[in-house]
Amino acid sequence: MTAFVRNQWYVAAYAHEVGRDLLGRTILGEPILLYRTEDGRPVALADRCVHRRFPLSEKPSRLDGDRVVCGYHGFTYGTDGVCVSVPAQRRIPRTARLATYPVVEQDSFVWVWIGDREPGDTLPPRAPWLDSSDHTVVCGMEPLDADYGLLVDNLLDLSHETYLHGGYIGTPEVAETPITTEVDDKSGVVYVSRHMDDAECPPFYAKSTGIDGRITRWQDIEYHAPCLYLLHSRIAPVGAPGPNPDGSDPHAFHVEVVYGITPSTEKTTYDFWAVARDFALDDQRVSDFLRENNHTVVMQDVVALNVLQKALDTEKPGYQELSINIDTGGLAARRILARMAAENAAPAEAGVR
Amino acid sequence: MNALHPPALTGGEVYRIHWVLGTDRLLAVCHCGAEHEFEDPVDVWEWLLAHPDGHRPFDDPAGRDPGEEAP
Repeated sequence: MTAFVRNQWYVAAYAHEVGRDLLGRTILGEPILLYRTEDGRPVALADRCVHRRFPLSEKPSRLDGDRVVCGYHGFTYGTDGVCVSVPAQRRIPRTARLATYPVVEQDSFVWVWIGDREPGDTLPPRAPWLDSSDHTVVCGMEPLDADYGLLVDNLLDLSHETYLHGGYIGTPEVAETPITTEVDDKSGVVYVSRHMDDAECPPFYAKSTGIDGRITRWQDIEYHAPCLYLLHSRIAPVGAPGPNPDGSDPHAFHVEVVYGITPSTEKTTYDFWAVARDFALDDQRVSDFLRENNHTVVMQDVVALNVLQKALDTEKPGYQELSINIDTGGLAARRILARMAAENAAPAEAGVR
Repeated sequence: MNALHPPALTGGEVYRIHWVLGTDRLLAVCHCGAEHEFEDPVDVWEWLLAHPDGHRPFDDPAGRDPGEEAP
């Protein structure tokens, strides 16, 4: 399996998912309860009552104001995790306290810090398009029954679009165009560029942009290990002027595809996907089309990665893979993840190293 | 060298690997300036991450051919 990287921010939920209902998510193997206080602040606590480990996110657990009441025996906790009430006695055991998690709401995501130290000044990487009046966003989340490393591998090599997503976002040129990979090892960023000068326009973009001829298609991947993947997609009719030196690019359509990659357990992953566009902002038909099509594409990946995980589970230890040029970015990501995991191992694990 | 993508990352220690257009070869460029072509991305990363072993400065023409650098 791909080792977990602790001391990092992870997408726990979309902001719109966290409200006055109790939401449970398991992140890096840690069950976490999410809800919003009456004044709108997101809270993340351990999702197990200290008494008999009942999940606080499960009914009939409930909120009483900003306090969480366990649905099994009524243990009641404040937003700071401290137990304020137990049934039938006045003395509350000193150890009756839930772990709390640092939370940040940013770019339409609720991020939770998983680690053994406080985040300090460290903030999650940005995806500003998701919370911008200049863009319209469609999004979703699909649970994946696979190691998060398989999703990273999948997203870092888009040549699979030609085969797995043919007829949606894949065209022959994707697999046939060479790539440039850049790696900032210290910052944990992998950047993969594939610029197609003259490509077929896949239905995903033809129907959403209205372009009916061939296109210039740029795919620039920016992976911030371990948690956030950005695909800057630029589509323009062949022959249209390129971006201006000041960064403006009025002759092209831009789609920012964002993935929050959140390991849940060793072999399950939350696949948060979002597509932000800077055109047809108010066109509901375009939104509906992109939502349905991107969901289809995501599910094609989910099905394939679930199958792959099952196949890998039957392999003997030490099985061999073969990597070729298209895997340059994925190999870089694997190495960065391994390094980050080793540097941020939990104290008990670090002790045996 | 073929036309290459302009750099996107601006950090001080960025590794770059260009798939050389029209070929099956990968040109690895270390942040120290050393360059070498490979046919296998696994070999690319072994060489890049071995920095500074086997890397020579960009201004040293011999540094372009690590084949000569093997001990």
